[in-house]
This record gives sequence, structure tokens and C-alpha cells, in this order.
Amino acid sequence: MAEALTTYLNEDLLPLPFCPGCGHSAIVKHLDAALVKLQLDPRQVVLVTDIGCQGLTDRYFDTNAFHGLHGRSVTYATGIKLVNPDLKVIVLIGDGGTGIGGHHLLNAARRNLGITVLVFNNLNFGMTGGEHSVTTPPGARTATTRYGHLERPLDLCATVGVNGAGFAARATSFDKNLPDLIAAAIQHEGFALIDIWELCTAYFVEENRFNRTLLERAMDELGFSTGILYQHDGPEYSQATRAALSDQRGKPTLPPQPLEPHYTSAVETAMHCAIAGAAGAKVGSAAGIFCQGAILAGLWATQRSDYPVTVKTGHSVADVVLSRDDAFHVGTTPPDLMIVLFAEGLHKERGRIARLKPEATLFIDAALLPVQTAARVVPLDFSGTRQKKEAWAMMAVAAMLQHTGLYPLDALREAAALRPAFAAQNLAAIAEGVALLARE
Amino acid sequence: MREFIDGAEAIARGALDAGCTFFAGYPITPATPILLHMIRELPKVGGVAIQAEDEIAALGFCLGATMTGARAMTATSGPGISLYSEHIGLAIMGEVPLVIVNVQRMGPSTGGATTTAQGDIQFMRWGTSGGYPVIVLAPTDVRDCYRLTGHAFGLAERFRVPVFLATDKDTVATRATVDLAAYERFPVRERPLADPAAPFVPYRVAHLDDVPPLAHVGGPHLVRFTSSSHDERGYLTKNPPDVDRLNRHLAAKIEAHLDEIALVESDLQDGAETLLISYGITARPAQEAVRMARAAGRRVSSLVVRSLWPVPETAIRAALAGVRRALVVELNLGQYRREIERLARGEQEVSGVHRVDGTLIGAREILSEGGLA
Ligand SMILES: Cc1ncc(C[n+]2csc(CCOP(=O)(O)OP(=O)(O)O)c2C)c(N)n1
Ligand code: SF4
Ligand SMILES: [Mg+2]
Repeated sequence: MAEALTTYLNEDLLPLPFCPGCGHSAIVKHLDAALVKLQLDPRQVVLVTDIGCQGLTDRYFDTNAFHGLHGRSVTYATGIKLVNPDLKVIVLIGDGGTGIGGHHLLNAARRNLGITVLVFNNLNFGMTGGEHSVTTPPGARTATTRYGHLERPLDLCATVGVNGAGFAARATSFDKNLPDLIAAAIQHEGFALIDIWELCTAYFVEENRFNRTLLERAMDELGFSTGILYQHDGPEYSQATRAALSDQRGKPTLPPQPLEPHYTSAVETAMHCAIAGAAGAKVGSAAGIFCQGAILAGLWATQRSDYPVTVKTGHSVADVVLSRDDAFHVGTTPPDLMIVLFAEGLHKERGRIARLKPEATLFIDAALLPVQTAARVVPLDFSGTRQKKEAWAMMAVAAMLQHTGLYPLDALREAAALRPAFAAQNLAAIAEGVALLARE
Repeated sequence: MREFIDGAEAIARGALDAGCTFFAGYPITPATPILLHMIRELPKVGGVAIQAEDEIAALGFCLGATMTGARAMTATSGPGISLYSEHIGLAIMGEVPLVIVNVQRMGPSTGGATTTAQGDIQFMRWGTSGGYPVIVLAPTDVRDCYRLTGHAFGLAERFRVPVFLATDKDTVATRATVDLAAYERFPVRERPLADPAAPFVPYRVAHLDDVPPLAHVGGPHLVRFTSSSHDERGYLTKNPPDVDRLNRHLAAKIEAHLDEIALVESDLQDGAETLLISYGITARPAQEAVRMARAAGRRVSSLVVRSLWPVPETAIRAALAGVRRALVVELNLGQYRREIERLARGEQEVSGVHRVDGTLIGAREILSEGGLA
């Protein structure tokens, strides 16, 4: 092994850029001491820093450094850890960052993601000029609480602790054992956070005549204890993810479903068939099978869908275009053929039904008649069918195909049997659909 | 081999075939099917796909993942792109190759979740602070969803920049007959990595338009990455020459290579008076309109733009050169028309066929509204 490292700081770049007496300087030195204690390979350490004065820190370390946006450091740490669970990912974030990015903190804790979060908690925004943060104690004066702060501070340790963090501790930058505590947090497998209280000499100290004694008193008054407050083992998220997914490895991705043409079709010019029905009534599946049958008959098919955002209610419309060319037809021409089922389908499509040309054919549930249209009308009488409503679209498609002879019914039957679980019911629906026409 | 798949599946297959190993997204109609495909498929290739807590996190995860060696993609729609904004800037600044699929829906705001639109064309280009370039590709159909997704990964690696795939609800949710193996594919581009044996300076380039090779966090080199203006070592700086060089580099690496990125389909006819310009979902109806107009004895030219940003200026100027007027067909109130007007410089009359009612434009409407009937 190489010689032991005596520091992880880049001494050529020192001194640190913080105001005299700023707690950040102390925490940086404690972090360095913790790393020296652990003797980690610097290439296996990633310091992910947030925005704010504490975010200036990564520059001074000879480790990997990822400096991102205000409050979002935990998101990069998550991506890094998910890709390489072996890395030691240490997030340095200000109290400001834990406010704007609280959501990410909460979720990383909840997942028990194996990162170490060191909160440089100086009770205000240092970099922007001493405004209050989510951890500012009540009564404190800051640039944005001129008359004393009225809000309760966020208990960071309790917040991550009750939400699954494996390790949560509170300390101050004055604590002599901070290097040990940081080292313990880094070595913890799961999510670890240390809420480190400290002084912003430029603002919080000035505004509140603050000092170490008052800092410790504020913690007492709030009932914020120090030391390790939560500690338990549990599955670390990035490892757990890999373990849970390992049996998927090597399986084929999105295996193709070939549709090799072996039937023929009479369709010459592009044929637009609109199928309108109710959501939940399998309009889309029937239209899909209709398309697959057409492809088996050597045609090129497209199927565009329209539905409301709540998928189990209202209308469901499929615009199918069958053609001899492979252009991406999305059904903007008036339909040549139209199937209309259910009140929802009629309600949605009254306009297009009224505009159908005389050469067009409308296949419609007889119960919905009369309708205003110039098209030829083929009523479909479902009153005697034993099929459930979910089968009606498939029945209507079969009836339309039988009536128009666009391509052989056998191609539709083959397409209907492609998914074995649905084959029997689809084939029954096709048989009954063809029979519907006989009753016409 | 013919298949019947929708644009979402085509995008997922394009991503997998291009070596995608990481996906993070947040559910939103009409982009959710892509998330679901990736959640199901990526573990099969040893990758990771995850539903993030929000869109800010989704893109943040992708940034961290890419810098650690993944090839990452995310997918969303307008409201999600809004939340991506700040991280798009970080991807530009840190020079992170990744693919962002925007399945456009009707805006502004929540707009129409299941309604197709092309309202984000300028937003994708200018959607973050600073104004530096990104690349935006626009698939015209399901086949393009497959091909251009792969190409987006390639361009992302080539230029270390976020590449958008500007799709829309109807391109992604429509199923079409495809023969993926038969299509000409863009080559899968490996990520240029820094020499493991040589000293590594993260952002050092010899020429402003060069692209520095990456080193991965956890690999042989120490990696420095920052959202702040930085020197070539990745150290924050305010030194004007360093800042100037960085910013000019971010622009030059794209803008000096416009013709390399340009992807258009021009179908120009001698003596044509009118040029129809279209992209994405309006391309097929526009091409059909040109076919119909020619069948009726009119002379008309067509230009389909597949690389919207950077604007393929050479190709557009060449297409404009012969005609008296250009007609831009788009599902917005004239967003790309602005770029055409800029290039026409008053020499051609530029107008548009625009639609914002959530319905698609058909070939006949293009002919009648465009005065070509
Ligand atoms: C999105 C965004 N909003 C606002 C800012 C401005 N800003 C910079 S630092 C900061 C606060 C930092 O406070 P804290 O996290 O407590 O760090 P400190 O400076 O105290 O170390 C803010 C609001 C920003 N950079 N980004
Ligand atoms: S402003 Fe406050 S936090 Fe920032 S360096 Fe000065 S003392 Fe430290
Ligand atoms: Mg602070």
C-alpha cells in the first residue's frame, strides 16, 4: 500500500476562503481529519457540495468534487451512488440547502441511500447576506426577520430519523470528537446525516450578538440534543436496488413481435377507419388487432388514440389508417369507415359522423340510431349478444371487415390469437361479430 | 421484420440499442410510457431506472449518474421541462452528455395533458439562463423515434451537451408499422474518455470548439465538476480571460459544427414558388400536401427539419434560395417561423399554417390555408 495520507486538502490552494471565525473552516478541518483517519482512496471519495459559502469547500480537497445547484446536491449524490455503490459519497450542504432541497433529503433518508450528509448549519444564509433559513431559531434577528423570527426551526435529525435514516447525529463545530463522528457517519452503510451547528461570524453573530455559549443554549432551549440520535442498520438502497433487480439481468429487452405478411389485401389507396367507443371497452385493443391483421395482410397500419386523462371514463377513439405505403398516417382525413359504439363514442363523434361523405360507411350500434349523417349506415344489433360490452369493439371490427372485405378475416383471427391469454375470447367475439351482419 | 409499436416503445428501443444504462423520470402524461418501458427494461442490461421524487431530482440523478459512467436519459412533458430548467443549465455548464425526451403536450401550464402540441420549440432552446446552445432533434414518426433516439445519444457524446428529442403526444402514443432492422441507423458513438495514463485536466481543450474527453468519478482520475464558471481545471474562477474562454467554448463547440449536426430532408422542385417547412408531427401532412399539389400541376418544394437546434442554416438558406415564399407548418403560433424569417431576411415572404386547438393539421388544410389549393 502507498504511504499513509496526512491530509486530503490541497495545501497549495489554502487558506480557506471563509470570514475570520466562520464555523465552516473548523468543519472542513474536522472532515479532513476524518478522511485521514479512514485513509480512503481519494478516487473513491466524492464530495458533493451545495450552493452557499460551504459550497466553496470542494475546491480545497484532492478528492472527486461535484459542485451543483442550490439544494440539489443530494440528487447528484443519488445518481452517483446508484451507478457506483462502492463510492463514498459525502454531501456538504448548508442549512439553506436543506430548506430548498428538503424534499431530496427526505427521500434519500426514506430510501436509506448510503450517502453521508454534513449540514453546515450556521442558522442563516451566509452567502446571500444573512437571511433566515429553515433552521433559524425563534426570536433570532436576520436580514429577513427584522423583528425577530416567528417560525419554529426544522429538527433535521428527527426529520430524517423518523423517515428512515440509518444514522442521524447532532454536533457543533466546536466538538473535539467531530472527526470521529464524521468518520462513523462515513462508515455507516446507509443514509447518515450530521447536523453541525456553527457560527456565521459575518451575519448571525453580528445580528444576534451570538457566540458559542448562546449557540449551545439555543440548542438546549429547543430540546435539540447532541450526539448520535438515530442508529440502526437496514438495507442500503443502491445495493438493495442491485440485489432486487439482479435476476432480470441478461433477459432479452423488448423482444420484437414479428408480423410477417402472408395474406393479401384489396386495399389500394389509404383507408381511414375511425373506431369510437367508451373508455374501458377495449376500443384500443380491438383497433390494435385490426391493425395487426392488416399488417399480416401486407398493409402498413397506424393507430392514433384519443382519450381523456382519466382513462377509465368518457370516450376512447382510435383512428386507424391502412395503406400500401409506410408513411406515418395519423388520420387527419375524413374517415372512410367509422365504427360508433356506446353513448360516449356517439357523444364524442357526433361532429365527424355528421361530416362523413356519402361514400363513407358508418357501422353503429343500432341502439344509438338515428344519427345525422350522409354516410351509408350499417346498424349493428347487439341486443341478442351474449358477449360482454368489452367485446363489442372486436365484434364491430369483425363485422366491418366482413362487410368491406378489406383483408381476409383469417388475418384478423390470426392477429386476435397473438396474445394467447386473450385468444379464445377474441376469436369468440370475431365469430359473433360476423354473425351480427347476418342479422342486419 | 415488420412490427406494430408506438413511439414510446421505439424511443425505449432506440435508447437500449444506443447503450443507455440509466434512466430517471417522474410520471407525466404523455411521457409516462417511456418511464415504464425503461423501468421494466433497463435492469435487463444491468442498468438502473428509477422514479425520482420530482423532475428536479430526475435530472439531478441523471447528471450524477452520467458523471459516474452511465449513459442517461430522462423523459417528461412541458411542466416537467419547466422544472428541469436549472439542471439543463448545469448540464450545459458541466458539459454532461445526456438525452432529454420532451413529449410535448398542450400548454401553457397544465394545458392539455393528452393533447398534442409543438409549443416548446423555443423553450427547449432558451429554457435555461445564460443562453448557451443545446441540440434539439424532432422525430417525424415512430421510425424516427427509434433512429433519432440513438442519434441523440451519439450527438450528446460527441458534443458533451444535453440533446432534446422534441416529440409530441401523437408521435409517442401512435402505433405504427415499422421495420426497425431495415432503417439506416446512426452509428453508436462511444464516449471519448480521458487517457487513464496521462495527467487529466477536466476542461482543457486545444481549440475553442473542441470537446474535452470525460473522466468518470470512481475511475483512474480525480474528477472536478462545477456549476460555476471555471477554468480548465474545473476550479471556480472570475478571471475574465478564463470565463470568456469557457463561455465562448460552450457556444463554439456547437456553432462551429452546424453542418455536422444538420439533419433535414429537402425535396426541392425547380421553379417552385413556395417552400413548405415542417418538423415533427406536421412533416407527414406537409409532405402529403406537396405530393397533392404537384399532382395538381403546381410546383412546390418541401423541407423537413429534423435538427431544430442549432438551426440548420445552410440547408434552410439553400432551400429558400429558389422560392418566393416559405410556409411554416407548426402546432404553435409561429415559433420556428421566427427562425425562418431571420434567415429569409425579407427576401422571401414567410408565413405559416399554425394550429393551437389541439387537433392535427391535415394535408388539405395546409393546401387551403396556405393558399395552395
Ligand atoms: C435557485 C437559487 N436560488 C437562490 C440562490 C442564491 N443563493 C446562493 S447561496 C444561498 C443561501 C445559502 O445558504 P446556506 O445553504 O445556509 O449556505 P451558507 O452560505 O450559509 O454556507 C442562496 C439563497 C441560488 N444560488 N439558487
Ligand atoms: S458569510 Fe458567514 S458563512 Fe459565509 S464565510 Fe462569512 S461567516 Fe462564513
Ligand atoms: Mg447557512
